[in-house]
Parts: sequence; structure tokens; C-alpha cells
Amino acid sequence: MVTEFTPWMSLAGGALIGLAAVSLMWIAGRVFGATGILSGLTNPASRQDFTWRLVLLAGMVTGPAVVYLLSGQFPAVDVPVSTTMLIVGGLIVGVGVSYGGGCTSGHGVCGMARLSPRSIVATLTFMATTFVTVFVIRHVIGV
Amino acid sequence: MRLIAIYLTGLIFGVGISISGMANPAKVLNFFDIAGTWDPSLAFVMGGALVVTFIGYKLVFGRTAPIFDKQFHLPAKRSIDAPLVGGSALFGVGWGIAGFCPGGALPALGTGVTDVFIFTGALIVGLFLARGLQTLSTARKNATA
Repeated sequence: MVTEFTPWMSLAGGALIGLAAVSLMWIAGRVFGATGILSGLTNPASRQDFTWRLVLLAGMVTGPAVVYLLSGQFPAVDVPVSTTMLIVGGLIVGVGVSYGGGCTSGHGVCGMARLSPRSIVATLTFMATTFVTVFVIRHVIGV
Repeated sequence: MRLIAIYLTGLIFGVGISISGMANPAKVLNFFDIAGTWDPSLAFVMGGALVVTFIGYKLVFGRTAPIFDKQFHLPAKRSIDAPLVGGSALFGVGWGIAGFCPGGALPALGTGVTDVFIFTGALIVGLFLARGLQTLSTARKNATA
């Protein structure tokens, strides 16, 4: 499935993601990592710890509605894989980010911006295995 | 006040993910498919996010503390160990199979598309699975020690 190259929208979206990361550090002194937010919600250390993560998640989830209000269109979510692949992929992602201690937002944006060696290693590792996985699925197996 | 600011921060992230294309698995997977239907957009997402965060963090860390907390909560771990590398490698495999990463999927829940809920459900099961495995291996370590 071909998708349109959107350098400006992607750059603007990336800048907003960065702005949110900076804002959360400025307001609450916290790393903006989707893994940390989900782990904290499913295994909260305290009630307070649960509350701010839930509020943050509520903000994230209302993002598409705001895009709809401004542009008249919900953001596209085109899923070119089977339901089985979604479930298998989701399980593997869940286990992987737990052991790895972060994902694209926590390691890839926040950690890399702090020049954290752990995050640089994590990001290079998952980018590499994603490239290989997509290559194998699309060009070796040919799904 | 603190919670309103946190809500707006989540909203900025959600809008950013939405317009960047990170909530769209077709676009995400195409970034990784140089040999096929390549779409380099994601490099611009990462680039934009990194430049803003790098500069913004420099300004924020110039303060003694965040606005609504006594201290910054930064990861204390420094070592590059097997769980970090193995876990990250595994995450990439899952990302390549499904096309969603956690930060892309959570805002995408707001579109109401069923597939996002299926992925997120599996992701949460994966988190619990890892937690169970970690508890098990700690218990075993303690038993042999």
C-alpha cells in the first residue's frame, strides 16, 4: 500500500511531539514515554501516580478529535496487516518494551534528546530490528 | 492547575502523533520498507521531535525543579545490559509485524478504529506477561541464592 510523502505535516507533528515532551518535563519533571505511562497505569505505585498518567492519556486520546474539529477529518489509520499480526505484534511489543524500559517516545525522543547512552543503544536496536522484520515479512515471506 | 497542564500536554502529543502519521501503520511500515513502497516521512517526525526536545530540555534543565514537583524524575539506570538490548530488539520485531508502537497507538484510540483497540489490548497483555516473567525469574534467582 503506497502512502503519500508528507514532510511538512510530519515535521510539524514531530515538533508538537517534542513540545509535549518538553512540557511534561517542565510541568511535572517526567519523561514522556508511552511505555512508562501504560506501565504506570496497569501497575500504579500510588493513587496520585495513577491520576496524572490517566489525565495525560485522556489528553492523548482526545488528539484525533481536536484534529477533526480543526480540519474536518479524523487522522487516517490504515492497517495493512491481519488481525493475527496485530495481536502477535502487540504481545511482542508489550514484552519487548517492558524489558527494554521504553519505546519510540521514551527512548527514541526523550532519551535520545538527553543523549542517554541507554536510549541511543535501545533506539538503534529497535530501528534495526524493525527494518529487518519489515523486509523479511514483505520481501522474503511476501505477505 | 497541574492536571489541566498535564491534560493539555497529552493533547499536544495526541495532535502531534495524529498529524505526523505515526498513528497510521501503513505510513509507519512504509518508512521501514526502503526496498518497496518507501515513505520517508517518519524521519521528519523523529527529526522535528528531537530538535525541539533537545533545545527545550536544555532550557528546562536550567531550572532547579519542575513547576509542580520538587525534582526531575530521570531514569537512574546507566548500564547497557541484556534486557535493554534484547527487549528493544523484540520491540522492533513486534513494531515491524503490527505497524503500531505504543506512542502511536494510544492517541489513535481516539479515532475509534477497532484495530487500534485490538493492538492495544494485546500490548497490555504483553506488559502483564513480561511482569509475570520478571517476577518468576526474580523468585528463581532468590531461591537459588
